[in-house]
Amino acid sequence: MIEELSNHLPILLIVSGLIGAFLTPLIGLIRKELCSFWASFITLIQFFISIILFYQAIQVGRISYWLGGWEPPWGIEYAIDILNSFILVVVSTICLSVAIYGRKSLLKEVPEKEVQLYTLYILLCTGMLGIIITGDVFNLYVFLEISSLAAYALVAVGDRNSLVASFNYMIMGTVSACFILLGIGYLYLMTGTLNMADLSRLLPPLYGRPAILIGLALLIVGLSIKTALFPLHTWLPDAYTHSPSAISALLSGTFTKVGIYVLIRLIYSIFGLEYFLRNVDIFVFISWVASAGIIFGAIMAIAQDDFKRMLAYSSISQIGYIALGISLANNFALAGSLLHIFGHSLMKTGLFMVAGALIYSKGIKRVSQLEGMGNVMPLTMAAFLIGALSMIGIPPTIGFASKYLILLGAVESGEWVFVVVILFSSLLTAVYFWKVFEKVFFGENKWKKGGKEIPLSMLLPTMALAILSLLGGFFAPVLIKVFELWMSGVIPGGV
Amino acid sequence: MESFQEVSNLETITSVTPALAVVTSLIAAIMILIFRRNPNIRETFSIGAGLVKFGIVCSMIPAIMQGKVVQLDILEFLPGLSIKFSVDAFGLFFGFTSSFLWIFTTLYSIGYMRSLEEHAQTRYFFSFAIAMSSAVGVAFSGNLFTLFIFYEILTVSTYPLVVHEESEEAMSAGRKYLAYLLTAGVFLLFSIATVYYYTGTTDFSFGGILAGKGVPEDLLKLLFITFMIGCTKAAFIPLHSWLPTAMIAPTPVSALLHAVAVVKAGVFTAVRIILYVYGVDLMTNTGLAIPFAYFVSFTIIVGSLFALSQDNLKLRLAYSTVSQLSYIVLGALLLTSSGMIGGIFHIASHAFGKITLFFCAGSIYVASGLKNVSELSGIGRKMPITMISFAIATLTMIGLPPGAGFISKWYLALGTIEANQLVLLFVLLISSILNAAYFLPIVYKAFFEEPNPSNMDGVKEASPFVYIPLLLTAIGSVIIFFYPDYFLQLAKLALGV
Repeated sequence: MIEELSNHLPILLIVSGLIGAFLTPLIGLIRKELCSFWASFITLIQFFISIILFYQAIQVGRISYWLGGWEPPWGIEYAIDILNSFILVVVSTICLSVAIYGRKSLLKEVPEKEVQLYTLYILLCTGMLGIIITGDVFNLYVFLEISSLAAYALVAVGDRNSLVASFNYMIMGTVSACFILLGIGYLYLMTGTLNMADLSRLLPPLYGRPAILIGLALLIVGLSIKTALFPLHTWLPDAYTHSPSAISALLSGTFTKVGIYVLIRLIYSIFGLEYFLRNVDIFVFISWVASAGIIFGAIMAIAQDDFKRMLAYSSISQIGYIALGISLANNFALAGSLLHIFGHSLMKTGLFMVAGALIYSKGIKRVSQLEGMGNVMPLTMAAFLIGALSMIGIPPTIGFASKYLILLGAVESGEWVFVVVILFSSLLTAVYFWKVFEKVFFGENKWKKGGKEIPLSMLLPTMALAILSLLGGFFAPVLIKVFELWMSGVIPGGV
Repeated sequence: MESFQEVSNLETITSVTPALAVVTSLIAAIMILIFRRNPNIRETFSIGAGLVKFGIVCSMIPAIMQGKVVQLDILEFLPGLSIKFSVDAFGLFFGFTSSFLWIFTTLYSIGYMRSLEEHAQTRYFFSFAIAMSSAVGVAFSGNLFTLFIFYEILTVSTYPLVVHEESEEAMSAGRKYLAYLLTAGVFLLFSIATVYYYTGTTDFSFGGILAGKGVPEDLLKLLFITFMIGCTKAAFIPLHSWLPTAMIAPTPVSALLHAVAVVKAGVFTAVRIILYVYGVDLMTNTGLAIPFAYFVSFTIIVGSLFALSQDNLKLRLAYSTVSQLSYIVLGALLLTSSGMIGGIFHIASHAFGKITLFFCAGSIYVASGLKNVSELSGIGRKMPITMISFAIATLTMIGLPPGAGFISKWYLALGTIEANQLVLLFVLLISSILNAAYFLPIVYKAFFEEPNPSNMDGVKEASPFVYIPLLLTAIGSVIIFFYPDYFLQLAKLALGV
C-alpha cells in the first residue's frame, strides 16, 4: 500500500490539494474554525510530498510520472527534476508557514470569511504546485489559470481599496494569460507537441523559424507580467498593499517565484541556452531591463511610507536580481538566482508576516508610526531585523550568499555595469530598511510598557522564516552543489 | 628581499580553537540577552567571555611562536572559496591585542555605564560582544571572503553603539557611519569578487596571490584603489570623517572600537591586502607602494593638524587616531623588514596608548562632565591616577621612551632609511612634533595650571571600575616598551624574518 502510494506521489501532491479545496466548504459546515486547521493540514501533506520528491530527484535525477498511464507525448507527464522539485519545496514551505500564520491574522483582518478564504487558499497553493510539477505546457496554462483566479479573489477580500487593486491585477493577469496561451499555441503549431521534453527535442531544427521567435516573445512577455518584472510590474504594489497581510505574504513568497521558475524552464530547458546564444540575444535586453528594475524598485521603496507598499517595491527590485542572474547565463549567476528565489521567498514572506503582525496587534500600517516597536514586540522585530539584513545582503545571511553569487556571475561575464548595479542597489536597500530600523529600535517609545507580542501561531512561522534566512548562508553551499547537478545539464562547459 | 621567503610553507595544525575564540563572545551575546533583567549576571557573562576568549587566544601562542599556523576549514562555499580560519602570527598579533584590551574595556564599561546610569545597557553589552566576536573573526580569517563576512558584521554591530544616545545628532551620526562603512563594504566586496574571479582563491599567502595570474596591470591598480576604499575603516583622509562623527558614542565604545577593534580591523585588512594579497614583489613591480605611502603620509600630517585645532578632547583623540592609523599602513608600504615590523608593532603600541587616553577622557567626563581641553586646568590634582596615566599614554603617542610607541617609531624610521625614502622619515619627525604639540599642552594644563573652581569643585576620581583599567593599560604600554620581545617576535614571524 505504502509502496503503491509512493509511486504516485507526484499526482498525490495535486490531488490532495484539489480534494482538500473541495472538502473545505463541507468542513466549514461543521465548524468554521476548522477550515484554517484543514488548510494547514493539506499544505503540510504537500510540504512532505515535496520534500520526498526533492530527495528522490537528487537521487535519480529525473522522475517522470504519466497521468493515467498514458505515455508522453500523448498523455500528460509530470516531470520532476532537481530544478522544479527544489521550487516545489520552496513554495510548499511558504504555503505551509503562511497557512499556520494566517489563522489568527486572517481572522482579524477578514472576519467571517474562513470557508471561502481557505478554499481559495488551498486552490491557489495547489495551482502553483501544479505549474511547477507539470511537464506539459498546456497543463501548465491550466494550473496558471486556477491559481491566478484564486489569487485575484484573495486579493479582493482585503481593505477598501483592494477591489480596485484586484481588478487591476486581474486585467494584467488576464492579458498575461492570453500572451502565454498564444505563445503555447505558436509552439504547438510549429512542433505539434505540448510536452516540454518533446518540445526541447523538436525545437532545435526549427531554431531559425520566425514563428518560434514570436511564440517565445509572447511567452516571455506573458511571464514577465506574472513575475512583475519591471516595467510590467504595475499590478504588484497595489495588490500587495491592499490584500490581507497573510495573502501578501503568500503571494510575495510564491507566485512571482513560480513565474520566474517557468521563465527559467522556458529558457534553459525548453529552448535551451544554445538558441539564445545562436539566434536571439535576448539576454542583453533582459539584463538591462532587470537592472533598471532593481534600481527603480529600490528607489520607489525608499519613497514609501506605507510599510507593505515599501516591501512590495522592494520585491520588484529583488525580482530584478533574479532576472539579472538568469540573463547573465553563467553558472555563478544562475546558481545565485536559484538561491535568491529561495532566499527572497523566506525573507519577503517573513517581512510581510511582520507587517501583518503590526496590523494585527496595533493596527499600524505606516513606517512613521513604528517608533519604539522594538520594545513592544521584541521577537517580531528581531525577525524583521534578520529579514531586512538578509535583504540588504549582510553576511552570513542567505541574502548575502545569493547576491555574492550573482555578483560573481556579473564579474565573470565582464559586465561591469551590472556589477555596479548589484553593489549600488544593496546600498539603496540598506537605506530603506535603515529608515525602519531607526524608528523601530532607536525611536522614542510611544507605546510605553505593557506591549504584547503577537500570538504564538503567528510568531512561530515568522521566527522560523527569519532563522532560516539567517542560517541560510550556511546551507547555501549544499544547495549550490545540488544546483550544479542540474545546471551541468543546461549550461555547456560546466563550472 | 631574500629575507621574506619560506613563509608560505609553514606547518599547519587543524584545530577548532580559532572558531572557539570567535564563538565565545557570540554565546556571551546570547546570554546577555537572556539575563537582561539581571544586570549583575549579565555583566558576569561579559567579563567571563572576555577572560575565556583571551585564554583561548593565548592557548594558540606556543604553536604560533614555533612558526606554525592554526587552521580550520568550516564550509566550502564554492570551489576555492570557503569560510576558513587561519591564525598566523599577524592575525594572532591583532587578535591578542584586541581580546586582551576587551577585558579592560568590559570592566571600564561597567563602571562607566553604571556611573552615568545609561539606558539600554543590554543592547550596549550585546552589540559590544558581537563586535568583539567579529573583530577577532577579522583577525583570524584565513581568506578575504571570511574576512569580509566579519568586516560587515562589525559594521552592523557597532551601529547601535554609535547611536546609543538616540538623540537626533546621534542618529545622523549613525547614518553617516553606515553610509561610509557600508559603501566601503561594497567596494571591498567588488574587489574580493574580482580577485576570486582571476585567481580562483582568496586565501592569504605572504607572497601574494595576485602575482602571475594574468590580471591586467591597469586592473591591478584600479583594484588596489577599490580595495583601499574598502578599507575605509582605516580612516584614510579623505575618507576619515565618519570617525570623528562616531565619537558621539559612549566613551568605552570610542576607546575599544574606534581606537582598537574597528579601525584596526580596517588597518589590518589594508596590511593583509598589501602584503598577503598583492605581496611585496607585486607592490614593488606595479609601483603602487611608494605613491600610496605618500598618500598615507598626507593623512599622517593632516590628521595631526586637524587634531591640533580640536578643543573637544575626544575629537582631538579621534583625529590623532586618524593620523596614527596611517603609520601602520605606511610601515607595510615601506616593504622593508624594519618598516613592516614597525607598522605591525604599532598596532599594539597605538592600541594600548590610545585606549588609555580614551579611558581617561571618559573618566574625566564621568567625574566632572567636562569634554573640552580648555576646561581641564588643574584637573591633574583632582584626578591624579587618571591624569598620570594620561601622561604616560601621551609618551607612547609621541613616541618617547618609556612608551611603547617609541619602539614602533624607531623601526618605522629605520624602515624609511632602508627604503631610501628620506622624505618619509621627515614626515615621521614632523608628525612626532605635531603629536607633542597637541598632547603635551593637555598634560601641562592638567598639572601646572590653577584649577578653575567653577569646573573643579568636588571633582574626584570616579569608581575604581573606571580608573583601574586605565591605569593598567597605561602600565601595559610601558611594559611593552621594556619587554617588546613577545610582540617583536610575532611581528617578525608574520614577515618570516
